Amino acid sequence: MTPDAQTQPVVDGVFADDPARLLGARCELCEQTSFPRLDGCPYCGSETITPVELSDHGALWGWTTVLHAPPGYLGSVPYGFGIVELPEGVRVVTRLAVPEDWWSFGQPMHLGTAEVGVDPDGVVLTTWEFSP
Amino acid sequence: MSTTNRVPVDVIGIGLHPFGRFEDRTVTEMGVAAVRAALHDAGIDSSDRPGFQAAFCGTAYSGVAAGHKVLGALARTGMPIVDVEAGCASGGAALMLAASAIRAGQYDTVLVFGMEKMPRGIIRSSFFEPWREHAGLAATPAYFALRAQRLMRERGLTKEHLAQVVVKNRSHGVLNPDAMYQSETSVDAVLATRVVCEPLHLHMLCSPNEGAAAVVLRRGTGSSGAVRLEAAVLRSHLPGSVLGEATPLAGIDDSDITPPSTLAADAAYAEAGIGPEDVDVVECQDTDAARELLGWEELGLCVPGDQARILASGDANLGGARPINPSGGLLSKGEPLGASALGQVVELVRQLRSTAGARQVHGARVALAHTVGRGANASVTILTH
Repeated sequence: MTPDAQTQPVVDGVFADDPARLLGARCELCEQTSFPRLDGCPYCGSETITPVELSDHGALWGWTTVLHAPPGYLGSVPYGFGIVELPEGVRVVTRLAVPEDWWSFGQPMHLGTAEVGVDPDGVVLTTWEFSP
Repeated sequence: MSTTNRVPVDVIGIGLHPFGRFEDRTVTEMGVAAVRAALHDAGIDSSDRPGFQAAFCGTAYSGVAAGHKVLGALARTGMPIVDVEAGCASGGAALMLAASAIRAGQYDTVLVFGMEKMPRGIIRSSFFEPWREHAGLAATPAYFALRAQRLMRERGLTKEHLAQVVVKNRSHGVLNPDAMYQSETSVDAVLATRVVCEPLHLHMLCSPNEGAAAVVLRRGTGSSGAVRLEAAVLRSHLPGSVLGEATPLAGIDDSDITPPSTLAADAAYAEAGIGPEDVDVVECQDTDAARELLGWEELGLCVPGDQARILASGDANLGGARPINPSGGLLSKGEPLGASALGQVVELVRQLRSTAGARQVHGARVALAHTVGRGANASVTILTH
């Protein structure tokens, strides 16, 4: 996707879009990787975390198709929704490409970005999305 | 079976406003109806004012000082009135606060009520940041669907099993005049309703709706003859789970993390001095059909993986060894968040008083109620008679 003045991420500080990467953190105390990045570790409470960019691929852990727009959603349906397990050992709740019948548990998934929709100011919003 | 050196707490009154859709009623009016019925049932009449020393009101969507509006309309104010929000466990949280205050010696009689008037459709929750809504990450039924998918995979369950839960609960709801849906259904009919999010079909999900429930608690005496509140426990989630009602953006291995429902159940069993094998009748959170089957194992009511056998055996049906959701559950009643936990308590008090009519569980002496929801919060209540 080519960024331009009319396009911006749906949220700042959660993902980078060129190339697509999730912005997480690694705890120096318990060594757990977390996402999104907070100012401490949500697993052990330590305040010593290191910002990291997470892997851009993982294994499919759960998936479904959202057929009806949930409250506040700016995009179109259907869209995929699920969980991808990254090599770092963290399972990310994520938007997915629209699932297909041949998808299976554990299959490789790759990170990209996708246009969600247009906000009231006419700006095209983008988010992260995993697809096979 | 009460543990020693503990102040006993009795349930001396119950009241309910039916669960459903009531276009012409405000949430305050529904709360008034439930509280009035509970006070009447408790024998607290107009000459006893205020009749209780504190009130706790569970609600999530009723706005500022919602409980105060109800008690203002009843001319029963002046005491502390506390509105409590804990997602689907709001009523359980209110009950815990009230029982704890009585056990601590702070009050003798406490009113607990819960009420809600939910918008139609998917629940919108300020829990989700606006950007999560914009991006499609606030699709509550999709979280339920992911958990259902994993449960089916790990426990060898199919969509037919999920439909059987709906058939069971709706067959009970037929007998409950306070339920929103009072009609039987079939596995085929459930599977013929539209898919909301695979594997969940529309009738496998409860409807957010409207209603109110109330109970009056009083410091008990040795042999009051009233239903006794043995335990009212609230717990929250431990860090880490990706599938629980915490609806996080990431998590780790769920198998290593004790869910809040188990934390609450274990504490409640310990407080009541009983185990799951002693429970005769259960009201269990069935936000969706898979949620109930997960609840069975989280509450220690079944060995993980035994759900399909229990469904086939009829043990969880009325007339079975241990009926689960004799009221029809949320799948029949719908879910008015703040009222749902206390609605369960009202049902179980009726069961223990042997006043549950056509859905009576004969000989029920020990009853357990369970809610779990956003936060994540879980409540477990144990009652005996």
